[in-house]
Amino acid sequence: MELALRLSSDAPHYLSWGWLSVSVPNLIVIGAMLALFVLALVLPFPGNRRKTGDRS
Amino acid sequence: MSTTTARHESAPAAPPTTWIGHLRGLLERKLPYEKLLPETQPSYVASWIYVFGVATLGALGVIVASGAVLAFEGPAWYHISHTGLFFNSLHFWSVQLFFFFMVIHLFGKFWMAAWRGNRAKTWITGTLAFVVSVGAALTGYVVQTNFDSQWIAFEAKDGLNATGVGSWFNVANLGQNLLIHVFLLPAIIAVLVAIHVLLVRVHGVVPPIDAAKVEAPPVPTVPEREGVR
Amino acid sequence: MSATTQETLEREPWTGPTRHYDIVKEGVIATFVVLVLTVVLAAIFSSPDDPALTFQGWAKSAPDNLYATTVAELAGTSDSATYGPPYNTNGDGQAMGPIAPQKWAGVHQPVDPPNDFVINPLSSQQQPADVADALVTWTSASADVQTGWATGYDTALNDPQGANGDATKVPAGVGGPVPTLATGLVAMATSGALDSVLPAPGQFFTTDNTKQILFLGDGSYLDDAGTANHLQGNEWGMMNETGNFPGQQWLAPFSFWYQLPIFNSDATTGVAATMTANADLYILAIIAVMMLLVIFLPYIPGLRSIPRWIPLHKLVWRDYYRSRK
Repeated sequence: MELALRLSSDAPHYLSWGWLSVSVPNLIVIGAMLALFVLALVLPFPGNRRKTGDRS
Repeated sequence: MSTTTARHESAPAAPPTTWIGHLRGLLERKLPYEKLLPETQPSYVASWIYVFGVATLGALGVIVASGAVLAFEGPAWYHISHTGLFFNSLHFWSVQLFFFFMVIHLFGKFWMAAWRGNRAKTWITGTLAFVVSVGAALTGYVVQTNFDSQWIAFEAKDGLNATGVGSWFNVANLGQNLLIHVFLLPAIIAVLVAIHVLLVRVHGVVPPIDAAKVEAPPVPTVPEREGVR
Repeated sequence: MSATTQETLEREPWTGPTRHYDIVKEGVIATFVVLVLTVVLAAIFSSPDDPALTFQGWAKSAPDNLYATTVAELAGTSDSATYGPPYNTNGDGQAMGPIAPQKWAGVHQPVDPPNDFVINPLSSQQQPADVADALVTWTSASADVQTGWATGYDTALNDPQGANGDATKVPAGVGGPVPTLATGLVAMATSGALDSVLPAPGQFFTTDNTKQILFLGDGSYLDDAGTANHLQGNEWGMMNETGNFPGQQWLAPFSFWYQLPIFNSDATTGVAATMTANADLYILAIIAVMMLLVIFLPYIPGLRSIPRWIPLHKLVWRDYYRSRK
């Protein structure tokens, strides 16, 4: 069941700018979070059948 | 002519006098089935941002299912079994997705000011669920029985000890943390999440911040003329 | 007033337009999508599992450091020995001015390093004659004599002008039975016996690894492994995972405070020294405030108005706003 790509055998990659240091996997996840948030706001949502004035 | 007295099933019920009666009355008022399981939503519930709550719930389901398998096989199984490692991976990635979706959900709810309209308890139960989930993650990390567990236990003990909590919550105690991680915290999270979701059903999805302006009846622009367009 | 109308609208059940929406179907689809995503990620990337460090590993890769740490345990100068509550009363622990919850909580997990880490494990096993004799010498001496031996040897071993960590350079006769005891423990660790005995000598079941974690952390073996894996607190380590895996990005607000210079100072006196020595307590107090701000956000004026000032919500509800024009 295991596929070839075992990340733990790779040397971890870290990016550093001064006092900021982040691992590449974490950066990808954070980037994906922000990207998905923005996409969720801007992508059109399928909105079709409407029932108007539905009084409960 | 029938002498049977017709039974009126729709006759008004006597007010409840029992605890169970009061409880039923409360549920019927606050959360009738139509509110619990509606077929419609307000038309403003039309954005992809709304799927992240249910995505978080879905991830929680996968966490519990994969965790149940790991619990059944014991904490050392995944070190020696390829199937075990796969289930550990399912658990690891579903946790990543859980926090991923939860953060986006929290972010979205903040920008929608979703606590409006008596919905503060929904916000509070949600943020509490996040905090308890962080605790569940900590106990999960320290029961991995590998180097990461050793490191995290060694580091986390200082903060916990500094607050006095370390006196009874000992991250280096595998037995204690296994039980807390597998039973206690999931139970607390389940209760918080259930209340959180039910509160959303009780109060409904929060209306837009400018909904009153949109729903207000149109004001006539020239009131003194007979408005024929 | 429109403000009151808006508030009423928010409180009352929605009576405006609705749309067909199947939340059960949405839930099932969402769960299925998450499940598929999880399976794919698990199949492609697997998960991290760096094997646990052992005392045997420590003894084989850094025997001098294990030796020196053992001496420090006997001398009562190690981090564990001077930690304070909940392990012992040889230190006060962290405090924020007069607030000292660590001390108030008291000792609830008693750990006595000289005996728990060295003497009891050695005594529980058959030892070579010299180690057995050293044990008898040690245990039949008074506490003061024991302390004298151990601290004398600890000082001599670590003297930068003298032995400087090299046990062969410590003058003979210094430390009484201490050098033999330490050598015996390193040998025991090398054989693998120390790993199983340390948690609870003489007991069948063990589920508490406190003693091992504390002893392991007193030396450089665990610390070096932490550094090698980018897990140290002052390099955002709290967010990181071993290997090339994502970690705990959501701990960024917590990890951030450990990067501040004031909590990483080398000063020995002054505010910086105090803040660094008690960093965990100060930072957790800050985190508690932050958490309370988030949890009780609905009641905090200013903070709760940010969504109005920065109207991202216009994107969320643009379809609704447009449709009702």
